[in-house]
Amino acid sequence: MLKKTLLVILVVGIGIQFVPVPTNQNDEVLKTDFFQHIEAPINIQTMVESSCYDCHSNNTNYPWYGRVRPFVWFLQKHIREGKDDLNFSTFQEYSGRMQREKIRSVISQLRDGKMPLEEYLWMHSEAKLSLAETARLIDFFENLNTQ
Amino acid sequence: MKRVLFAMGFAALIVSCGSTKKDETTSEKKAEPVAKSSKAAAVENPNGNALTPVLDAYLDVKDALVNDNQEGAAKAGGTLAVALGSLDLSAFPAGQQKELKDIVEVAKNHGEHISESEIGHQREHFEALSKDIKDLAGIIGTDRTLYHQFCPMYDGNKGGMWLSANEEVRNPLFGSSMLKCGRVEEVIKL
Repeated sequence: MLKKTLLVILVVGIGIQFVPVPTNQNDEVLKTDFFQHIEAPINIQTMVESSCYDCHSNNTNYPWYGRVRPFVWFLQKHIREGKDDLNFSTFQEYSGRMQREKIRSVISQLRDGKMPLEEYLWMHSEAKLSLAETARLIDFFENLNTQ
Repeated sequence: MKRVLFAMGFAALIVSCGSTKKDETTSEKKAEPVAKSSKAAAVENPNGNALTPVLDAYLDVKDALVNDNQEGAAKAGGTLAVALGSLDLSAFPAGQQKELKDIVEVAKNHGEHISESEIGHQREHFEALSKDIKDLAGIIGTDRTLYHQFCPMYDGNKGGMWLSANEEVRNPLFGSSMLKCGRVEEVIKL
């Protein structure tokens, strides 16, 4: 009985690897990308790209398990929801008013320590922001919105 | 002619000053159309009515937040999003439609967030939303007198604003913890 169950799990486990999953990757940086229009110090850009872009842009840097079903399905869901709320790759497509709102929301999320998501950081320790880094990011975004 | 109308309005104000405060506001309302008719009331009034469901829902959110009522604010936030969605923008001049569409999009987003957040988050969205509603009323016009109120203590002393239909301050950004913090910055009239 146990053997049979294991066999079923194995067969299904291998089988689902063949279910196609669209990837969120794009080699070119779009003209509408946030950093194509906004001047930022390179360390700020690096921080935003490494801590936010996996779920908030058209270009995800997938982890090793990022091709393994079913994990990839969870990732895709997170990415879809993340991009729905904020997509840095198409930031310039937002109206000016919406851009200010997105930035306001980014500041609020950073201040509350809600982003990057806790679950995301379990597997992405490199994306974790120190308090000082968070403060620098908040400063940067606040300056944008008062301009 | 203008002078006569103004004098009449002024007289009405003076007469009402002797009575209670409530009478003062009602007589102001009565005097208002008289003063306006010398300008362009015909353009502004029909449009102002278009905003009635939006303002009703917005003020419901505000009242709920004044009472620290998360559930009430959530419900009114949902109503607000629907009301904004059913605004017929094609009825407005082509030159204003882009701006109106942008405002409605952002304001609707706030309404939706208010309908599903905890109260601190609701208040953040409400504060940002208030600026959009004020801009909306600035373009479309309003069906009632609105008081732009401001509390300098909100958001770590950066300050925050909202609109109220009453002159008396009841703070929706703090609720019961700071109910009377705030002042009237501007009166937006019919």
